[in-house]
Amino acid sequence: MTLLEVSGIETFYGKSQALFGVELEVEEGEVVTLMGRNGMGKTTTIRSICGLNRPRTGRIAFAGTDLSRLPPHRIAQLGIGLVPEGRRCFPNLTVRENLIVSARPGKWTLDSVEALFPRLGERFGQYANTLSGGEQQMLAIGRALMTNPRLVILDEATEGLAPVIRDDIWAAIAKLKREGEAILLVDKTIDEILAVADRCVVLEKGKTVWRGKPGEFAADLQNRYLGL
Amino acid sequence: MNRETAFNLVLAAVLLAAPVIAFAANEPFYVALATRIAILALAAAGLNLALGFGGLVSFGHAAFFGIGGYVAGIFASHAMYSEPLPFGLPATDQMPVIWLVAALLCALAALPIGAISLRTTGVYFIMITLAFAQMIYYFAISWPAYGGEDGLSIPVRNSFVGLNTANALHFFLICYAVLMAALALTWRIRDSRFGMALQAARQNEVRLAAVGIRPFRIRLTAFVLSAVLTGLAGALFADLNRFASPSMMSWHMSGELIVLVILGGTGRLFGPVAGAILYVLLEYALGGMTERWQLFLGLILLGVVLFARGGVVGLVAGKARYD
Repeated sequence: MTLLEVSGIETFYGKSQALFGVELEVEEGEVVTLMGRNGMGKTTTIRSICGLNRPRTGRIAFAGTDLSRLPPHRIAQLGIGLVPEGRRCFPNLTVRENLIVSARPGKWTLDSVEALFPRLGERFGQYANTLSGGEQQMLAIGRALMTNPRLVILDEATEGLAPVIRDDIWAAIAKLKREGEAILLVDKTIDEILAVADRCVVLEKGKTVWRGKPGEFAADLQNRYLGL
Repeated sequence: MNRETAFNLVLAAVLLAAPVIAFAANEPFYVALATRIAILALAAAGLNLALGFGGLVSFGHAAFFGIGGYVAGIFASHAMYSEPLPFGLPATDQMPVIWLVAALLCALAALPIGAISLRTTGVYFIMITLAFAQMIYYFAISWPAYGGEDGLSIPVRNSFVGLNTANALHFFLICYAVLMAALALTWRIRDSRFGMALQAARQNEVRLAAVGIRPFRIRLTAFVLSAVLTGLAGALFADLNRFASPSMMSWHMSGELIVLVILGGTGRLFGPVAGAILYVLLEYALGGMTERWQLFLGLILLGVVLFARGGVVGLVAGKARYD
């Protein structure tokens, strides 16, 4: 069954239209990447899925449930775990508290998150605002996993991190994929994306303009859509 | 043991020891002063739950303080003349029953007030809670059956099984025990998942919703709990003064509670206790010198806000998680 189905959504910020018809599907256990240059609507698409910006038209369904009328917390409860852009942890809670505050029962527990990110385990008692950028990113991913989502959405998970930390994050994403998590991924490091993705969706000016396998995303297409 | 825990224990010990010594030295005035501290600390501990942990600046908590006070007053006056209460309920002067009724009524009042107020944020939240409190204040003023503007006197303090509430020390110990129970509850709440979510909601509610928790329900629960604690303090306050007055509900009282919380340390477990001790002692010491003692209180508050934002507890125990 299709886990996430986005069809023809148009989203506005006030009077200015950001999305002009985004098409996107994620199947169970699949890694789909959303690509495009800055300002093409990637984050807006994610915000629309999570109910943070309501699309004016179009349809978003998750495991058969229409999301268009649900508030953000209900959407999250259905099983969408968002790792927002910019590592948004709760700075006034400890690492452990950040993880358990929204935890829901399932295979992801404090222990399994610690196994995925051993660095977090060393810092369970620390406040989140004392973590480095990379650790905060790990925490944001861990927090999303602790809700035991059916779909993890990673928005710019490796942006602004040191190369060695990026490698850690990509290794964790690859591990999540092997464990069968469905992931919707937004990122700009093309080589890593193509290595991990099952399918690619490219946005341009708020519209889906290309969909296909990573192998088909040839250099001329990369040049055309991503300016690489 | 960290410094904050040590300081909390010192505060608890001093607040307990001072009136015991004063009582032994036959100085009932100081016992009453300590009782006033314990009760105001309890009221502020209630507010601290909403304001300190939840970031909900309620400018209407005096309403709950007053509701608690009027429950104590109304029960006392009915019990005095053995008149049944409205709805044919039997009158009693037993404090636990009165507390239960005060808690229930405060929860019933806080539920709609919170449900409406929590749809707003920032300055609008402050104003709407103030508006509700003023409505209740004017209702009390214009209710002649229970004294109206003159308030309602309590001829004989309500009683507590096994203790003599007319004895200043006994009454202090009751108030102290209720305060400690409230602080223990606050501590449990703070470290529970509910408390974490409440603090997370203060930080960023959208982020909290995005992980599947509805901030509104968490905040409403905290607001109601907070109102209940403040209401209990009101019931004790009326018994202390043997008087329930509409001024307990005025916006000055709401402001005073906020001042107590800020003086002591916002969102610190024993902040309300430190704040109440400082406030009452200043009131006593400066009030003896000049009627305009609140000018000095204002200066001190200014100093705290500018230079010691963690309040007394922050000054002694350093920065906590909440800044």
